[in-house]
Parts: sequence; C-alpha cells; structure tokens
Amino acid sequence: MHLPDAEQLLAKLAEAIRPLLTGSTALVGIHSGGAWLAERLQPLLGEDIPLGTLDISFYRDDFSRIGLHPQIKPSDIPFDVEGSHIILVDDVLYTGRTARAAMNELFDYGRPAKITLVALVDRGGREMPIHAEIVGTTIALDPKQNLELARDAAGKFQLKLTGAA
Amino acid sequence: MNNPQLDKNGQLKHLLSIEGLPRAILTQILDTAESFAGVSEREVKKVPLLRGKTVCNIFFENSTRTRTTFELAAKRLSADVVSLNVGTSSQSKGETILDTVDNLIAMHADMFVVRHAQSGAAHFIARHVGPHIHVINAGDGRHSHPTQGLLDVFTIRRYKPEMHNLRVAIVGDVLHSRVARSEIHALTTLGVPEVRVIAPKTLLPTDVEKLGVQVYHDMHAGLKDVDVVMMLRLQNERMSGALLPSAQEYFKCYGLTQEKLALAKPDAIVMHPGPMNRGVEIDSSVADGNQSVILPQVTYGIAVRMAVMSILAGNTEAA
Repeated sequence: MHLPDAEQLLAKLAEAIRPLLTGSTALVGIHSGGAWLAERLQPLLGEDIPLGTLDISFYRDDFSRIGLHPQIKPSDIPFDVEGSHIILVDDVLYTGRTARAAMNELFDYGRPAKITLVALVDRGGREMPIHAEIVGTTIALDPKQNLELARDAAGKFQLKLTGAA
Repeated sequence: MNNPQLDKNGQLKHLLSIEGLPRAILTQILDTAESFAGVSEREVKKVPLLRGKTVCNIFFENSTRTRTTFELAAKRLSADVVSLNVGTSSQSKGETILDTVDNLIAMHADMFVVRHAQSGAAHFIARHVGPHIHVINAGDGRHSHPTQGLLDVFTIRRYKPEMHNLRVAIVGDVLHSRVARSEIHALTTLGVPEVRVIAPKTLLPTDVEKLGVQVYHDMHAGLKDVDVVMMLRLQNERMSGALLPSAQEYFKCYGLTQEKLALAKPDAIVMHPGPMNRGVEIDSSVADGNQSVILPQVTYGIAVRMAVMSILAGNTEAA
C-alpha cells in the first residue's frame, strides 16, 4: 500500500491549526508519536506556544488486562491547564481510547477551556465517541494492520505499516 | 532456583527482597517511579490505576513513616486502603498471621503490605496467598526492606545519575539493619562500582564482604572521596546486650559531623532512612544541612511505592 508522506501531512496540520490559535493555546503531544509531532509543530506555529507531553499509561483502560507498559515516560505539562485551549496531538487516531485517556489525564492538571484533537492519520475503527477536528489524512485499514509514525536519525518522519492486510 | 517474587513469565509478582531481582526489573521500577514523581506535583495527585483494588497494610511492627507513605501511595493510585496495626488488634488475642491474612482475603483484599519483626514473614504470606494476590515486604526482621532500598537508589540516581561512577558509603549498624542489606543489593545490582560499609566490628555481620562491599572501621578512611553517605539508624530496640559502650561514645567515633563529612567529595549527598537519632548517628547541623537529601528521600518514597504497587497489580494473572 502506498502511504502518504508524513512530512507533507505535518505541514498540512500546521496550516490547519494556525487559524485556531488564541492567546491561551498550548500544544500537547501524546507519547511518543504525538509528542514528536507537537515538538515539530511548535516552531511552525510559534515558539511562544507552550509545549507539553503526555504519557497516558496511568490512564489506560486495559491496565487490568495487560498491566503497566514497561517503559513509561513522565508526562510534562509546563503550563497552567486551567482555562487554556489545548491542541491535543496524536499520530494515529484509531479506537479513540488513547484520546479518552489523554483527556482524563489533562483534567487532573486543571480544567481546560477547550481541547482540539489533531491527528496525523485517522485510520477509522472508532470504539469511542471521539472525533478529531483536524486530520492530515484518512486511511481505511484492516484491524490486523498496525500503522505508526517512525522517526529516523535525522528526525524525519515516516509512516510505517505492519501486519497482514 | 525458583524465585518466589517472579511469575512464570519472569514478571514481578511480589516484592519480597531486592536480592535475586534482575537489574532490568529494578530499572523498570525506578523509571516508572520517575513518572509517579511528576504525578505527586500535580493539582490532582492521583491516577486511576488501582481503582477498585483493595490494599491492606498489615503492620505487625510499628512504623509511622513507612505505613504512611504506603498508604498515600495506594491512595494516589486510587486504591482503597486499610491499615492494621496488628500488634494492637487480633494478634494480641491470639490469632495467627495466616488467619489474619485469610480474613482479609475473605474481604477481597488484592494486595498486602507487610511489616513484621520476624525475617521471612512476607515470604511466608506470599507462599500462602492465591495467584491473583500480591505481597510487598515493608520490612521483615533483619532481613530486607526492599522499597526502602529502592527509594534510596532512586534518590541517588536523581542526584547522581552516573551510577556506574559512584563511591557510596553506608555507615552504622549494618548488623541489625534490613535497610543496609537492601541498599547493598540494589547498589551492586545497578552497577555502583564501590560500596563501602563503615562500622565497628560488633555492628557488622561476619560475612559482610561476601555482599561485595569494602569494609572500614574508621570514618576518616571510609568517608574519603565518597559521593554518597548513607547513614543508618542505631537500632536501639534491636540491641540486646552491650555491643556499644554508650551513645555518646558511638557519636564520637561514628556520628556524622560536618567535620567528618568534609572528607567526602564536596558535592556528596547525605541520606538517612529515618527515624533519626540526632546526636547519636548524625549531627543536627548535617541532618539539616545543604548536603542532606533526607526529606527528598521521604517524598520519593511515595513515588517508588506507587511504582511497585502498580507494576505488581499490572502483573495479575487472569482469574
């Protein structure tokens, strides 16, 4: 399958986000792909926009089935969430469970005025009433397939598809 | 050898002692604790991981700090917590340990945190409980106090991240100290190249060198150029018979003063597991001085215990 160029999608996201920026906007990337994207979006949108990362491991709904992820990164929200407009960035939007967990975690930092969900790719298959306001592209995939964002040594993004179609 | 702490997949099921745990598991606990340290600084200091689980602290021996930090750790994971000071309850009416445990299991306890004056008490309970129940040793006799050992190495790693380059001195009553044993195992497993113990002969176990430490009987030689000074409490309540002339005499030889601390590296940190005997093993000016990380140790104790509890709870076999 031909996959779209992740770098082009990133530029497209930046363009779509720009009109939404307000004085209280902050970028939050979901670990790890979303955090990489948010890190790259920040200079495109404005260096003064606060940047945070979330590792949603403590908020997953499958903890009792699969346990704790062996490699957890600390979440880092270096701004006041209370009353802010958060652009929540993920690489691949699928079941919606990650976005659900990320929103729960954000609320433990404060009450945001608004959360806008942004995803590089929407692959369908939603199991939660979750909708991304901005998506780079939409690709229909089989549940057996796994799509994720990869970053090479030079920091360049690429979409990687694994698993049988 | 069959390690009772690990399940058949090599995952941590109980935390009974640091001895016998692979480096990867220690590192996983410390890395996870990093994330929990951040949770404790938030507006809402809670995550929903252990929601619906019941944690029972059974303390057959008193400990305010350890019990409180375990309690807070469980609460910050959203678990329901009950703490029993068994010394003051059924045990004094003659109930056995296992009867106490079975009663709590009948109340659907999911995790036990156990402190007991008898070495091996937590192992004993771990062998008794079903596969879906986890046991954490919160100190058993002279044997082990794994979460204290872990929080100590977590504290060291926070201040001195280059663990493979450190010289650490453990000072005081090693003989009666479960903390010292756990610290030594944690430090050597994590690759700290030089661990020293400094104590009079009467307060050292006979085979202490076998733990991979260098033995000193003199503070002046032992503290020279160390990066970390870990003081131990003089275990008055475990001291039967005259191992020491007097507390004053002990302070003179082995008490940590500013003058003795000056022999360590200038940026050395001072640690103490608490509770401190000021003026016996540590001078107040050192305990409250700028090299002391004794209170951060307490703070990190919660994050480390949250990490242990959540890793154990996550390794539950499906019933």
